[in-house]
Amino acid sequence: MDTFYADVLCVGAGLAGERVAVEAASRGYKVICLSLVHAKRSHSSAAQGGMQASLGNCAKGEGDNPDVHFSDTVKGSDWGCDQEVARLFAETAPLAVREMCAWGVPWNRVVPGKSMYYKGGQEFEKFEKQENEGLITARDFGGTAKWRTCYTSDGTGHTLLFTMDYQATKYGVPVHDRVEAISLIHDGENCMGVVARNLKTGKLCAYIAKATLIATGGYGRLFRETTNAVICDGSGAIIALDTGMVPIGNPEAVQFHPTGIVPTNILVTEGCRGDGGTLLDVNEERFMHIYEPAKQELASRDVVSRWMTHHIRLGKGVKSPYGDHLWLDIRHLGAKHIKTKLRDVEEICNEFLDRDPITQLIPVRPAHHYSMGGVRTNKDGAAYGLKGLYAAGEAACWDMHGFNRLGGNSLAETVVAGRIVGNKICEFLEGCSVSLKTDVIDAEVKKQEARIAAVKASTGKENAYELRNKMQDLTYDNVGIFRNAGDLTKAVEGLQEVYERSKNIGIRSNSMGGNPELTFALKLPGQVRLALCTAYAALQRTESRGAHSREDFPERNDRDWLLRTLATWKEGDTLPTLNYERPSKVWELPPGYRGYGEDKRIECEDPEVTGKK
Amino acid sequence: MGRQLKFNIFRYNPEDSASVPHMETFRLEETEAMTLFIALNRIREEQDPSLMFDFMCRAGICGQCAMLINGRPDLACHTKTKKLPDDITVLPMPVFKLIGDLSVDTGTWFRDMNTKVESWIHSDKVLDPAAQEERMDNVLADEIYELERCIECGCCVAACGKANMIPEKFMGAAAFNRIGRFMLDPRDQRTENEYFEVVGTDDGIFGCLGLLGCEDVCPKKLPLQDQLGMLRRKLGFSAVQHIFGKVFSSKK
Ligand SMILES: Cc1cc2nc3c(=O)[nH]c(=O)nc-3n(C[C@H](O)[C@H](O)[C@H](O)COP(=O)(O)OP(=O)(O)OC[C@H]3O[C@@H](n4cnc5c(N)ncnc54)[C@H](O)[C@@H]3O)c2cc1C
Ligand code: SF4
Ligand code: SF4
Ligand code: FES
Repeated sequence: MDTFYADVLCVGAGLAGERVAVEAASRGYKVICLSLVHAKRSHSSAAQGGMQASLGNCAKGEGDNPDVHFSDTVKGSDWGCDQEVARLFAETAPLAVREMCAWGVPWNRVVPGKSMYYKGGQEFEKFEKQENEGLITARDFGGTAKWRTCYTSDGTGHTLLFTMDYQATKYGVPVHDRVEAISLIHDGENCMGVVARNLKTGKLCAYIAKATLIATGGYGRLFRETTNAVICDGSGAIIALDTGMVPIGNPEAVQFHPTGIVPTNILVTEGCRGDGGTLLDVNEERFMHIYEPAKQELASRDVVSRWMTHHIRLGKGVKSPYGDHLWLDIRHLGAKHIKTKLRDVEEICNEFLDRDPITQLIPVRPAHHYSMGGVRTNKDGAAYGLKGLYAAGEAACWDMHGFNRLGGNSLAETVVAGRIVGNKICEFLEGCSVSLKTDVIDAEVKKQEARIAAVKASTGKENAYELRNKMQDLTYDNVGIFRNAGDLTKAVEGLQEVYERSKNIGIRSNSMGGNPELTFALKLPGQVRLALCTAYAALQRTESRGAHSREDFPERNDRDWLLRTLATWKEGDTLPTLNYERPSKVWELPPGYRGYGEDKRIECEDPEVTGKK
Repeated sequence: MGRQLKFNIFRYNPEDSASVPHMETFRLEETEAMTLFIALNRIREEQDPSLMFDFMCRAGICGQCAMLINGRPDLACHTKTKKLPDDITVLPMPVFKLIGDLSVDTGTWFRDMNTKVESWIHSDKVLDPAAQEERMDNVLADEIYELERCIECGCCVAACGKANMIPEKFMGAAAFNRIGRFMLDPRDQRTENEYFEVVGTDDGIFGCLGLLGCEDVCPKKLPLQDQLGMLRRKLGFSAVQHIFGKVFSSKK
C-alpha cells in the first residue's frame, strides 16, 4: 500500500483547500492536496456572480467599509453567526481580493462617467468618479447595503480558482486528483491524516500529516433538486462525523437559491437580479415589491425563496411538465450587458433551455444551493474534538453565515478563511511534534479494507441508486424551504428506514479499478447519516431563523434558540446526538430586527447577549 | 413515445487484465430535453453499473466531461440527444491517458501543461495587500478574461493532428492560449524572450500545423486562431531577434 507523508494534507483542492496549501507551501512546508477531480474543476469553478469585499470603489459602493459588511453579514445570518469570525472576515476580505488581483484575477474595473443601471425593472443613472478609474468595481447582490460584489463577468469562481491553481502550480504543490479520502486516522486525541481510495485504480492508500484540513465543499447532493455539482456529496463532513467526536455545526442550516433553472436546477447567478433583473409570475407581473417593498427582488436569498414558494402556492406559478415555476426577466438589461456581464447565463439558457435570455424569459424556481453547516471549527479553523484537524470553506462551520449566507460571501469566505486558517496551521506546525502511531494507522487501514470487502461480498438486495433517490426525495420534500413537525418527522423516520436498508446494499458490478458503483455504495450510508443530522436538527429547532423556516414556529426565538447545533454520531446509533452552544462569544451587534416582513421575535434576556445589565 | 436511441460505447478497463477494448451497444428511449449527462447516467444506473465516465458541474462550466461524440470532441453534459441521430457513438478522447471506458486523465495532462508554460503571474513586486490595488483599464480586464475562459476540457487537444502525432510532447492550443493570456497581462513581467523560451520550439508554436481543428471544437469558443497568429508573429520576430542576439553577442 502506498503511504504519503506531508506537513499539511488538504483534503480538497477548491478555493479554500488550495488557498491553505499556497499559504503553507509558500512558507516552505510540505503540502499535498487531494481532490476528486482536476483541481481546476472543483466546484468553486462554477460560482458565477462574484465575491464580496468592501472596497467602496464604485459609485454605488461609496462609503462602504468593513463595518457595513460586518453588519450586513450578521443581519444576513439572522444573528446565527459567530460575530468575532464575521468581524475578522469583513476586515480581511478587501486584502484577500487585492491579493487575488496581484496573482492575476482580471477583476472588472471602474469605468468613469455616466452610466445607466436597472432596479426593479426601472432605469436609473449613476456617475462613476474619474479618480476611481481602473480600480476594482462591484455589482449589487441581495441583502447588502452597498454594491460590494467584485466580479469577473459571471465567471468569478472560475477566474479565482484558476488563479489560485496557478499559485499552487508555482509552488509545486502536488494535487493528487481522483483520490477520495474515506476516513480520518486518529487516536481519539490527534488527527494523523486520512485513509484514501484511488479512484483510478481502486487501491487504498494512507496520507499521514501533522495537520489535516477538510476543505471538501458542500453537500447539496443530499437533496433531489440542487444547484450543486455531482461531486458535492458531503464526504468531507461524513469522515468528520464518523469520528464520533468532531461535530457538524448547524446541519439544519441549508440555503435555497431563488433562481435554479427548470428542469435541470443549473444556477443562474444572483447577479441577474443584482444587475436589475426581475421575477415575474404566470401573468408576467412582478410580485416581490408587494411582499418586500424595500428590498424587492434583492431581499436576502432565504426571503426571496420563501416568497416565491408562497406565490407559487397561491396558484401564480407557471405550469410545466416539471412542476410550477416562475420567470426571471433580464431582457431589459439589453444584449450588450448580457453578452459582457452575464455571458455564462446566456450560454446556459441557450444550451440547456433553448432560450435566448435577451428576448425570452427564463424559467426558474428555488433549488437547494448551499450548506451553511459543516465541520465545526473555532475562529482559527481548528475543528472541535481532534487536534491537528482543521476545516475551511463551505465544508466548515467557521461560522460567519449562521442561518443564511449572503450571496458573494462564500467565495469571499474561501479565500479569506484559507488565508487565516493557513496562517494558523503554520503556527501550529511550528510548535508541533507528533509521534506517528503506526498501530493506529494500520488499524484504520484494516477497518476500511474490511468495510470495502464487506460491501463487495454482500449478498444484500438493496440497490444503492434507488436508496439515494429515496433519501433525496425525503430531504427535498420534507426538509425544504418551509418546514413543520409533521414533514420533518416523516423525513427522520423515512431516513432511518433508508439507513437500515443501506446496510444491505449489494453491488452488481465487481469490476476492477475505480468501480463507480462501489465508490457510490461506500458513500451512501454516510450520506444518510448526514441527512439525518439535517432532518433531526431541523425537527428539534422549534423556531424560524434565516433559511430554517418552521410553519409551526414562525417566530425567531432568541430566548430559547440563540444556539448553534452541534451534531455528532456515535457508532451504532440510529440518530445523531445533538448538543448546543451560543453562536457567538461577543455581541458587537446585539440581536435585533432583520428588516424583512413583520418583526416577529421572542427576545433574548441573557445580559451577556443583549448588553443590558 | 420518444425515439429509440442506440448508443455505441467504447469499453475497456486497463485495470482488468482480462479486459479488451471493444464497442458495446446500449439502447434507451429518448426523453424530453435529454442530454448525454442524463443518458449515460441512466445507462449506468439501469443497465451497466460498471460503465466509467466523468461529470462534475453538468452545466458546461468545468470541462470534466469531454469525449468524442460521433467523432467530434465535445462536452457531453451540454450535448442534447435531440441534436444527434438515433445512432450515437461515444469514444474517449485520444491523446490523454485512458482511465477506463469514456474516462480519461485530463487532470495530469493539464497540470503538466501549466507547469511547462509556467502558468502564473511572474512578478518581483512585493505585495502589500493593505495598499490600493494597481489600476487596470476595464477593456483590458475584459480582454484577459476572454482568454481566461478556457476550462481545460481538452477538446482542442483531442482534435489536434499534431497532438495526436506526438501526444507526449506537443503543447496544444490550450497552452498557446494560456501564454497569450499572460502576454496580454501587464502584471506578468516576463519578456517576450522569456515567453519564447517556453513556446518557441517545434513542440510549441512552430510545430503547429495551423489547420485549426482546435478552434472549431472549443466549446467555449475561444479565439484560438487569433492567439496562434499572434504568437507566430510575435515569437517569429522574437526568434529572429534571438538568433541575431546570439550572432551579435558571439561577435563581441
Ligand atoms: C452554481 C453555484 C454558484 C455559486 N456562485 C457563487 C457566487 O457567485 N458567489 C459566492 O460567493 N459563492 C457562490 N457559490 C458558492 C461557492 O461557490 C462555494 O461555496 C465555494 O466555491 C466552495 O469552495 P470550497 O473551496 O469550500 O469547496 P469546493 O470548491 O467545492 O472544493 C471542494 C474540493 O474538495 C474535493 N473533495 C470533496 N470530497 C473529497 C474527498 N472525500 N476526498 C478528496 N477530495 C474531496 C473536491 O474534489 C474539490 O477539490 C456558488 C455555488 C454554486 C453551487
Ligand atoms: S492549429 Fe495547431 S494547435 Fe490547432 S489543431 Fe492545428 S496543429 Fe493543433
Ligand atoms: S481552449 Fe477551448 S477546447 Fe481547449 S481546453 Fe480550453 S476550453 Fe477546452
Ligand atoms: S460536467 Fe462540467 S462541463 Fe460537463
